[in-house]
This record gives sequence, C-alpha cells and structure tokens, in this order.
Amino acid sequence: MPETQAYKTTERRSETFSYLPPMTPERMRKQIAYLIGRGWNPAVEHTEPEKSFSSFWYLWKLPFFGEKSVDRILAELEACHRANPGHHVRVLGYDNFTQSQGTAFVVYRAGGH
Amino acid sequence: MAGTTYQAGVKDYAKTYWTPDYLPLDSDLLAVFKVVTQAGVPREEAAAAVAAESSTGTWTTVWTDLLTDLDYYKGRAYRIEPVPGDPNAFYAFIAYPLDLFEEGSVVNVLTSLVGNVFGFKAVRSLRLEDVRFPLAYVKTCGGPPNGIQMERDRLNKYGRPLLGCTIKPKLGLSAKNYGRAVYECLRGGLDFTKDDENINSQPFMRWMHRFEFVMEAVRKAEAETGERKGHYLNVTAPTPEEMYKRAEFAKQLGAPIIMHDFLTAGFTANTGLANWCRENGMLLHIHRAMHAVLDRNPLHGIHFRVLTKCLRLSGGDHLHSGTVVGKLEGDREATLGWVDLMREAFVPENRGRGIFFDQDWGAMPGVFPVASGGIHVWHMPALTAIFGDDACFQFGGGTLGHPWGNAAGAHANRVALEACVEARNQGRAVEREGREILTEAARHSPELAIAMETWKEIKFEFDVVDKLDVAHH
Repeated sequence: MPETQAYKTTERRSETFSYLPPMTPERMRKQIAYLIGRGWNPAVEHTEPEKSFSSFWYLWKLPFFGEKSVDRILAELEACHRANPGHHVRVLGYDNFTQSQGTAFVVYRAGGH
Repeated sequence: MAGTTYQAGVKDYAKTYWTPDYLPLDSDLLAVFKVVTQAGVPREEAAAAVAAESSTGTWTTVWTDLLTDLDYYKGRAYRIEPVPGDPNAFYAFIAYPLDLFEEGSVVNVLTSLVGNVFGFKAVRSLRLEDVRFPLAYVKTCGGPPNGIQMERDRLNKYGRPLLGCTIKPKLGLSAKNYGRAVYECLRGGLDFTKDDENINSQPFMRWMHRFEFVMEAVRKAEAETGERKGHYLNVTAPTPEEMYKRAEFAKQLGAPIIMHDFLTAGFTANTGLANWCRENGMLLHIHRAMHAVLDRNPLHGIHFRVLTKCLRLSGGDHLHSGTVVGKLEGDREATLGWVDLMREAFVPENRGRGIFFDQDWGAMPGVFPVASGGIHVWHMPALTAIFGDDACFQFGGGTLGHPWGNAAGAHANRVALEACVEARNQGRAVEREGREILTEAARHSPELAIAMETWKEIKFEFDVVDKLDVAHH
C-alpha cells in the first residue's frame, strides 16, 4: 500500500466536467453534438467569477433555439469569451419538456481551468 | 336493495366477490396479489376471500349489510392467472371502487389492502405484487415536495447523476469528528453526505450538536468549491413533535435537505413531513430501513414496487432503490421497473420488469432513485449505464475507505463519474468499455488510480433471492 498523501487545498470547481482535464476542442465538439442530438436548445451564459454562485448568469444573446450546428455554438462560445475575457462562460441545453436544463458545463474558466 | 331479504349464516365469498365478467373502471384502484392457498381451497374462492377481507366483507353475513349498497362498495376479484414457474401460487387481480379510500391517504389504502387479510387462515401466504393507483387518487396526494427538476435547479447540477456518501462508522462518532468527515467528502467533490439511518439522537452525538457542526462543514465546502452542497440531516425521531422540531432547526441553519425513514417512522409521519418540506422549501431524502422485512420474501409481504408507489404519493425527493451491482439484493430488470415508477410520468404495464398495470402519475413530480450499498469506483460505468442522469450514487466505504482519506476518495468518485458521463455522451458503450474509460481518467487523477487499485478485487456476486416470476427452464 503506497504512503498516504495529503489532499490539496480545496480548488474552485464549476460543476459538471470540472474534475476532468480542460476539454480539448475535439472533446468539446462531441459534448455539444450530444447536447444538440438530445433535442435540447443550446444557450450560452457568462459571469464574473465572484458572482458565479448565483442561479442567474448573464445570458449571451438568446438561447439558440433549434440550432443544429456544433460550429455555430462553438463560435458563439468563443465570441462570448472574447467579449468577456475575465468571465466564466458555460454552455447549457434547455430541455423544454422537463422545463429545466438537460446539461450545463463551463467551457471557459476565468483564469484558466 | 328493496326485495333482498336477510339470511344469516356463512356463504361462499366467491358468490359475492368473484366477478370474472367485471371490466375495471379507470377510477378503480387495482391490486394484484400472489396467493398460495391452504389445501383444498379453490382459487376463485381464495381470490374472492382476499377481495372481501380487504374491502367490505367479513366471515359471516350481517344484517347491516342490507343498509348499504354493498355492490357499489365491494372489492371484486376479476381475474386469476398462474404464476410462471410456481404451480402452487397464482395471481389474483382485484378492483376496488375509489370511494373505499380516504383521499390523500396511503395509510388508509394500506390498512385495507395489506391489513387483516394477510393473516387470513384460508391463505398460506399472500404478497401484494402491484397496485394501480387511479389518476383521480394520485391527484389527491401531495407527492414529492420538490421533485427532480426543482432539485436540479436549486442545486445547479445538470447533465450528470448526483454523488453522495454515508458517513461511517454509522454509530459512535462525536459531532465535531462527524462534521470533519462531512467536510472532507464535500470539499473533495461530492454533492451530498448523509446521516446513516441509525443516527437519530444518541448519547454519543445529540442531534442538535450534529446539525450545527455538519452545517458548518457544508457551508465551508460550498464557499471553497463554489459548488452547492448538502447533508441529509436525519430528522427521524420518536415522536412527530420531535421530528418537526429537528426539521425546523435544520431550516434555521440553512440546510437544503433533510432525511427521513418512511417505513420505521410510518406513513403518517412521512406524509406530514413531506407537507412540511413543501411549505418550507426543503428537499427530502427518504431511507427505507425495514423494507426487506416486507419485500424480500417472494411469496409473502409487499413488493418494493408497491412501497415505491406509496412513497411517491406520500412524498419524498429521494428514495433508496438498490444498486443492482453493490452489496444489497436487487434484480436488474425489477430494479429498472421501480426506478421508472419513481421518475416517469407514465409507466406502462411491462411484465418483463414486474409492472402489472399502467400507472399514470399525471403531473406529480418524480423522485431521485438513490443507489446505495457497497459501491465504489469500479461500479461507476455500470451505475451510469443502468440509472442514467436522474439518480444519486451514494457511496460509503467507497469514499471513506480510500487510502488517502475522504477528500481523495470523493475526488476519485467524482472523476470516475464525470469520465463515464463524458464517454457516454460520446456514444461509447460505457459498461463494456468501463475498464478503459476509468484507466484513461486515472492517468490524470492519482486519487482515482489508487481507488482503482484498492478495490480491484471486490465483487458482490451472490444470487438474488427475490427474482421476477419467470418459468424455470
């Protein structure tokens, strides 16, 4: 049995996928394709890191209802990130049947992952 | 009815209660029992006796029968079916008129359906296999105080199952040491920790002390991770008054969720607490201690799918469902059957999963199934595949037993979960490729690598005792 190791000081996290290494563009593309494939409506949100605990982040434009293009969503995420470089940016999938979100995860973390 | 005359004496139940031509109404409450009779009792007579004894009948005719419309109020045995694989048993289907039951009272329904009839001498054994609650009755019950979607929105957790851990040892820790264990789990990456069901308010740790230290741990872990966290504060208590007192204190401390044991405490307490949770914006986790006493014997008792339905009606946001893969009993298809009953809006009849009736839940919110009991990182691929996103995976030793402690154990659980979810979303066969998926993820997580090394040999491959009824080959 290897020696006990100290667990690091707690890091800020951001829910789903924030315990995995930062996503490469290829991995990101697959997750957005999944979201769209489930029939969810993609949307982009962003926030100053200090306000990230709130339920409500800034909504980037409007949800992209019916959007089927992964490239379009990736482009919107990047545009949101450029316009708000110090912000967290997340993508989410609105599920209008459950009236909730099918998934949501942070794509750009302020200050890196 | 005018013209009917009173004749004292005992007559066959079947004369009144066996009605094979009856077509059940949408508003009838339907039940199916598995019956084994005493020698020499015809099946129709036994089925009719069960219908009678669980509704209007008694062993002899009484004159007051004629003061009411017994034909309206009586339960009716309307169908008999053989039980596949068991020549001694048969299924008896019984329809009860809705007016036999008080609105919004699973207590009243159970008192009739599984009351005196279970001790009835003419049957050797009796098991309530399934109940169809008519939508008209469902609408009279409060149901889950919040439901799956409200819980996700409150806790900001989307696109993955939730993760929890039951704090161990289950008895004997002091409040501050207990809070330490909670803090470590939550800061490592779990969403929830849980009081063990046995933890109420014992001399080694009184409830108020536990609540205070645990909530300090929850708040600190939230502040550090930036994620929302909770601990199921067990408010199960010797009296309802004491239960509400503990719930109120949990609310005062800002706890998002409390917990209750619905069978040992009883449905009256549970329904009351669920109503309190609805009025106070509190999530309610339900543990099921005592269920195996009622549901494990394949020939006698109450099937867990019935207890599941009763709990959804009575109210709870989480309910322990079994894991299929861990240390506790649970057949896969049967488990999927009652998991559907927790979560779905409409569950169609499906004998392959032990579902005897269509069940329409209307707009009643769903319950999170909680997979708990002997699970660890190696089970994560199977759990993800079996349960999907709307479930809570509840570890114990699988977090706390990590060689580096709770935080590392929690971290390993979370990495394993997220790796499985990512792989599933990519279209990979998570269960079959589980080993590769976890091995890849462990390359970036020494916490996961050590967890996989620690538990690589543990399996729980005993045969299930309570299997679905199928013909033996």
